[in-house]
Amino acid sequence: MFKIVHAEFIAPGIKRLILEAPRIARKQKAGQFVILRIYEEGERIPLTIENSDPDKGTISIVVQSAGKTTRLLNSLETGDHILDVVGPLGKPSEIEKFGTVVVIGGGVGTAMAYPSAAAFKRAGNRVIAIVGGRNKELVILEQELRAVSDTVMITTDDGSYADKGFVTDKLRQLIENGVRIDLVLAIGPIPMMRAVAEMTRKENIRTVVSLNTIMIDGTGMCGGCRVLVDGKSEFACVDGPEFDAHKVNFEVLVQRNGMYRDAEQRSLTDYERSKTAKVAPHEDAEPCAIAQGGKR
Amino acid sequence: MIPVTKKSINPLPLRERIKVPRQVMPEQLADERNKNFTEVNLGYSPELARQEALRCLECAKPTCTDNCPVGVKVKEFVELIVAGDFLGAAAKIRENNVLPAVTGRVCPQEDHCEGKCLLSKKVKPLGIGYLERFVADYEQRMGTHVLPDVQPTGKKVAVVGSGPSGLTVAGDLIQKGHKVRVFEALHELGGVLVYGIPEFRLPKQIIREQLDYMREMGVEFETDVVVGRTVTIDELIHEEGYDAVYIGTGAGLPQFMGIPGEHLNGVYSANEFLTRINLMKAYKFPAYDEPMVDLHGKDVAVIGGGNTALDAIRSALRLGARKAYVIYRRSDAEMPARAEEVHHARQEGIDFQMLTAPVEFLSDGKGWLTAARCVRMELGEPDESGRRRPVPVKGSEFDLPLSVAVMAIGTTANPIVQSTTPGLGTDKRGYIQADPETQRTNRPGVFAGGDIVTGAATVILAMGAGRRAAGSIHDYLTTGQW
Repeated sequence: MFKIVHAEFIAPGIKRLILEAPRIARKQKAGQFVILRIYEEGERIPLTIENSDPDKGTISIVVQSAGKTTRLLNSLETGDHILDVVGPLGKPSEIEKFGTVVVIGGGVGTAMAYPSAAAFKRAGNRVIAIVGGRNKELVILEQELRAVSDTVMITTDDGSYADKGFVTDKLRQLIENGVRIDLVLAIGPIPMMRAVAEMTRKENIRTVVSLNTIMIDGTGMCGGCRVLVDGKSEFACVDGPEFDAHKVNFEVLVQRNGMYRDAEQRSLTDYERSKTAKVAPHEDAEPCAIAQGGKR
Repeated sequence: MIPVTKKSINPLPLRERIKVPRQVMPEQLADERNKNFTEVNLGYSPELARQEALRCLECAKPTCTDNCPVGVKVKEFVELIVAGDFLGAAAKIRENNVLPAVTGRVCPQEDHCEGKCLLSKKVKPLGIGYLERFVADYEQRMGTHVLPDVQPTGKKVAVVGSGPSGLTVAGDLIQKGHKVRVFEALHELGGVLVYGIPEFRLPKQIIREQLDYMREMGVEFETDVVVGRTVTIDELIHEEGYDAVYIGTGAGLPQFMGIPGEHLNGVYSANEFLTRINLMKAYKFPAYDEPMVDLHGKDVAVIGGGNTALDAIRSALRLGARKAYVIYRRSDAEMPARAEEVHHARQEGIDFQMLTAPVEFLSDGKGWLTAARCVRMELGEPDESGRRRPVPVKGSEFDLPLSVAVMAIGTTANPIVQSTTPGLGTDKRGYIQADPETQRTNRPGVFAGGDIVTGAATVILAMGAGRRAAGSIHDYLTTGQW
């Protein structure tokens, strides 16, 4: 059991959980993740570690509610427990002095990009952070990033804060202004990472993305997290989660991540209904084929 | 190998023993069991067990024991069954085997004890596995394990991995008075025994009972620890004060064929497929949150011919698959799966497509599998494994409609421990190098065994390595000599 020592919303639907996990806290490096399972019947999901405090023996994760498990996580409060947390998994980010590093965070991906930005800065790089959110409220960790970056650029899809547009607009601006970029790290929604990769490919700028795939054990045993990189199967849990963006087959990534969309929707619907008590079971919901098969 | 009857309590003269037929293992009807996850074999009754035990020729030099990777004293325990002392028989097995209820079910006895049984020269070998299972289950039902009385040595051993080899090391060393802590990467203990082998071959309750017994003996367990990531081997030794470490991290990364379409939705590795079912209970979705592709009414194939392949496809059948195929590129004779499992699978209605291999997986255009394009094979010259090499038959391509394909074609070494333990010797395939007698690695105090040393093998071979390792760890801890 892993105790939540602090829980707070940092944006609508985005919660930071600080967990007591002394072993993980001691070992965590930027770019690594944990796999957690909330309760006995729960699924195992990977989440990037935002930060750790080895002295206090805690790690923090930032969770955006999307499906059932992330919503459950966001309903947990200080003092609650999570049944299983294992990590730190995956290879750490490759941190060295590259020169100028552009760190791009999209939405909740900003929380995953932040520890790498800090590490790049400590390694002596000039760090330019580009942060994007759908709206003002979903631009997160701005202050934290300002503390570890030389420049912070912000965009919102709707223009409710800073500049209206996408993170790629800012990246293009940097390229067009002739800024010499030695490395780009992009973490966020797949379409964002893909767009960044396409832009930097033409400019021959080395680009790294962090992939969030379907995963079970996280130790290489199951192969569920396999991604096509340079035409070859790689496992996000042991070979990644960071990969050369120009070699990742994003199409296959999108396809595989959508494998359980129906089941995920079903779980979410059930969960939402269970929260609003006294609602009759969902006769109107489209019955999930998996459930029928599984109930034999 | 001259049979002796001196002092035997067996009432039958030798020539009569040969006439007693091997007692048939009662099993669930094929047409019922292929719809449930209850165990296939139901186990001997005390009467059947005693009748079977009477067949033992009580060889002076028992080749069964010589060919057992953990050295179970077969003749002695069988004699105790004849005497009706079933608990004594269980205790006798436990002297050499800490997991008798497991090996009594999943050990390929035909390759070990039963394969060398003198009876098999004339008739069917003694049902040693069935007898082992009987006494282990009997002991369990009686609930009367005898806890060994041990003197603490003050030494501490870390065991990495709670699969069959790690549990063997833990069980042996705790009985020698050492403090033992087992680290497991997953949330549940048992390794391949829980995530890999399905309920119908090895009920999870059996593992839980064996684990409870180990806890009673004083073995400590810690789940959710990936050694190499959460803590390194060197940290275990230098910071946590372990006097020795045993690495039994087991099965590696699943292999894929590298053919087009392997990334389609509906194509699983056997490890993932079985883990979703056995560990995550995905077939109980939505009562459990982890999903899997619904197999009900679907056509499913497994690619491969080992025990893992059969475990996967027999699970698929039980989850409602309409057609369940084994696609294997060689013939029956080369199939590595246990004969009993192949027999059970055929009874249950599995369709074996032998001398066949997929060359491509076909898509519905939306990323989902619809068929495997296969080619028929014929056997050519023997390859380096000594088995005849399959060669594609020209013009034999055909499409087999499929919704799910499960790849069970082997594994490669998991690199996590090796890559985080400086100086640890590995072979060119990435497996840890360990002395085959002592299981010592090139790092003092560090031992290794099981699949992470040999590559994918069987539960009993992993247990054999664990037993050898426990012996040499004990030597090392008591003499201080490396």
